[in-house]
Amino acid sequence: MTGRRTPPLLLAAGAAVALLALVPLAYVGTYVVVIGPVDLWHLVARPRIAELLRNTITLAAACMAATAVLGVALAFLVERTDLPGRRYWHGLLVAPLAVPAFVNGYAWVSLDRSVHGFAGAFGVVTLSYYPLVYLPVVAMLRRLDPALEESAWSLGHSRVRTFRSVVLPQLRPALLGGALLVGLHLLAEFGALSLLRFPTFTTAIYDQYGSTFNGAAATAMAGVLVLLCLVLLLADLRLRGDRRYARVGRGAARSVVPLSLGSWRAPALGALVVVVVLALGVPAYSLVKWLVVGTSTQFPVDDLTRALVATVVLALAGAVVTTLAAVPVVWLAVRHRGWASTLIERSTYVANALPGIVVGLALVVASLRLVPAVYQTATLLVAAYAILFLPRAVVTVRAGLEQAPAVLDDVAHSLGVGPLATARRVTLPLIAPSLGAGAALVFLAISTELTATLMLSPIGTRTLATEFWAASSELRYGAAAPYALLLVLVSIPATVLLMRTDGPAAQTQEVPA
Amino acid sequence: MTTRPRRPLRHGLPVALAATLLPASTLTGCGVFGSPDLVIYNAQHEQLLDEIVPIFEEESGLDVELRNGKDLEMANQIVEEGKDSPADVFLTENSPAMSIVDNAGLFAELPASSYATIPDQYVPDDKTWTGFLARSTVAMYNTDSMTEADMPASLMDFAKPEWKGRVAFSPTGADFQAIVSAVLAIEGEDATAAWLKGLKDNGVIVQNNLVVMQSVDSGEVDAGIAYSYYWYRDRQENGSDSDSSALHFFGNQDPGAFLSISGAGMLASSEHKDAAEEFITWLTGTEAQQAMAESYALEYPLNPEAKLNPEVKPFDELQPPTVDVSSLNGPQVTDLMTEAGLL
Repeated sequence: MTGRRTPPLLLAAGAAVALLALVPLAYVGTYVVVIGPVDLWHLVARPRIAELLRNTITLAAACMAATAVLGVALAFLVERTDLPGRRYWHGLLVAPLAVPAFVNGYAWVSLDRSVHGFAGAFGVVTLSYYPLVYLPVVAMLRRLDPALEESAWSLGHSRVRTFRSVVLPQLRPALLGGALLVGLHLLAEFGALSLLRFPTFTTAIYDQYGSTFNGAAATAMAGVLVLLCLVLLLADLRLRGDRRYARVGRGAARSVVPLSLGSWRAPALGALVVVVVLALGVPAYSLVKWLVVGTSTQFPVDDLTRALVATVVLALAGAVVTTLAAVPVVWLAVRHRGWASTLIERSTYVANALPGIVVGLALVVASLRLVPAVYQTATLLVAAYAILFLPRAVVTVRAGLEQAPAVLDDVAHSLGVGPLATARRVTLPLIAPSLGAGAALVFLAISTELTATLMLSPIGTRTLATEFWAASSELRYGAAAPYALLLVLVSIPATVLLMRTDGPAAQTQEVPA
Repeated sequence: MTTRPRRPLRHGLPVALAATLLPASTLTGCGVFGSPDLVIYNAQHEQLLDEIVPIFEEESGLDVELRNGKDLEMANQIVEEGKDSPADVFLTENSPAMSIVDNAGLFAELPASSYATIPDQYVPDDKTWTGFLARSTVAMYNTDSMTEADMPASLMDFAKPEWKGRVAFSPTGADFQAIVSAVLAIEGEDATAAWLKGLKDNGVIVQNNLVVMQSVDSGEVDAGIAYSYYWYRDRQENGSDSDSSALHFFGNQDPGAFLSISGAGMLASSEHKDAAEEFITWLTGTEAQQAMAESYALEYPLNPEAKLNPEVKPFDELQPPTVDVSSLNGPQVTDLMTEAGLL
């Protein structure tokens, strides 16, 4: 399987995607060299950097741990227990994805000014990001082969021990991929942390860029941020290892017999209610409150419609482009493992640790110097979206492709089917749900993207997120509320798609790989 | 066995693929991304321009596009874009950003008619831009914990140890950076660096002037450094963030009485210079100045014909220090603030 020859076209496509993804890094790298070691040391070895380093690392570690625990616990409750209304809980638990972190921050801060600093940032960011772990873990749980767990039980393992020694290891790609996304995402988070007054590298870089555009201090900070990102990538590489999680057959044959919660049902339901109230109820209440109460509330229907159309068009274009770009990267990483494939896959992750404004600025500079024609066009903005959100598409599509055993391709080949026909008739149907999920995740992310949009949107183009930000950063909470509600409405179709993609399939043959 | 769960995706993929082709036609076709007659890079408050630009569009028949951002961010972006900049007009909240673009030689000289109504001291000698609004520096204080008598005589006093943990400010804002540039121009580099270090030790750092006001009004801090109009605006709206606070004007030509000038300039690279001149002339004219005076903004119009709400402290009572509006050094300020660990 690994010995199969890598098609040059596929490699070229993957390399092109990786090169695009590396533009921001090249920008930072070039600048760091231009600054020179002496000035660089002067900019990095100062108390402000130590302060930011402490803030960033503590918050990232705490949020990754919290989202991992929360994500797995919630996924287990919804997928593997006899909890009443599991389908509805799933919807409610995914729904916070439709509420951008900065809207969540605004919702909390506008209700209670004491929500700020580390505690505020930790709480709000965890509530915003746990679906990034929850979703892939749910998808994996649904696709796990129940026979493995049943074998464990028949060998005398308890449910707990089975979960720990059989289920958890199989969840690893989803769990690690999700936690990695949370960490990378947090490194790039600007809006929520700015509202919650918790300075990290990204807010500091944003502040520097706001003051100096592309000054040396900001680039030096971006350099440190990239190093933090690389630490996460290497950790992921080590932990993920070289294991395979392939399975034959389309979807799990039967659901596992759900765990009876018994007397734990009430506490479990209580915990879910708390999570949903905090992650969904508070922002909803806050937005409705500001919609109704805010004295500055207006309903400028024309502005709202324009922003809505621009947001949906950009998000659709970005989602399709990004997902298509993810396919060659994932295909290489899963089917043609090797240093080149790994390099290409990892390259796509790097940009996620750069704040949107760095990606935006890198593309402004690169486009003005190299391809002036695309400057101030939607094309450049979509390219920025692709760079920013490739990791989401790659993680999701990869989880799907890992479940599609390569041996089926070999069977198809041996039956005389060409490579493209094999992809279309064998692999594509197997990974279609993950393509859909990847596109939906990217759509959600773009419809709420702020900083790169501010930098790169063609003149006059305003999205729901930028309109919301303009109002909320001026504390016009009432005026911000209709945009926030529209942002949520725009995200609902994609969220519903996410919930259905890995819907419990009923198939029978199961052959553990 | 069933394939039902997959069916939506079978249809979904072609739909998604078709959607890639949609934007290309939609972007150009439906006017969302149309081509304007005048492009304004606006770093002034978006809400203010949203109020007055439609009046100009109506009168001139021109289609204006606003690209909104912050002072220094946009100034630096214009410098980076150079002669390729799509901007025709640049509007700022504070003059240091105008100086950045001016120093790069990117402004065209304005015709005298476009700043005829503006007093001389608010137009730089080389006439490359004109002031159109002014904002007064002020200290806000919480009226439950403080009285006017407790407030310091000078803005410089906030760096003293007795203010530790009691004063809020927003170092990332162009407003505060303009105030620092005035301190730099008046007090010199060493005094400014020492003052910034004191503020870093004492201050509660927040993200913008509105939060400064909120923090003061809620009693989280005793005092805050900002511009006066934020407080007046809140008073005019509903007073929810200003009912437990008051303004302290420093006067006496103190750096804390600094009057910051919002500038308007025309880019030399503009392909719509007639429209740009027409807009700036209109902006400094009595009609627009009066419209801004009557708007929510409550900044000081620079055209003496325009009359501001009488509840705002009169312009001629401010006693600001004398500062050359075109000489404020933004880059040196950000260097000093970076050095002090504020950025």
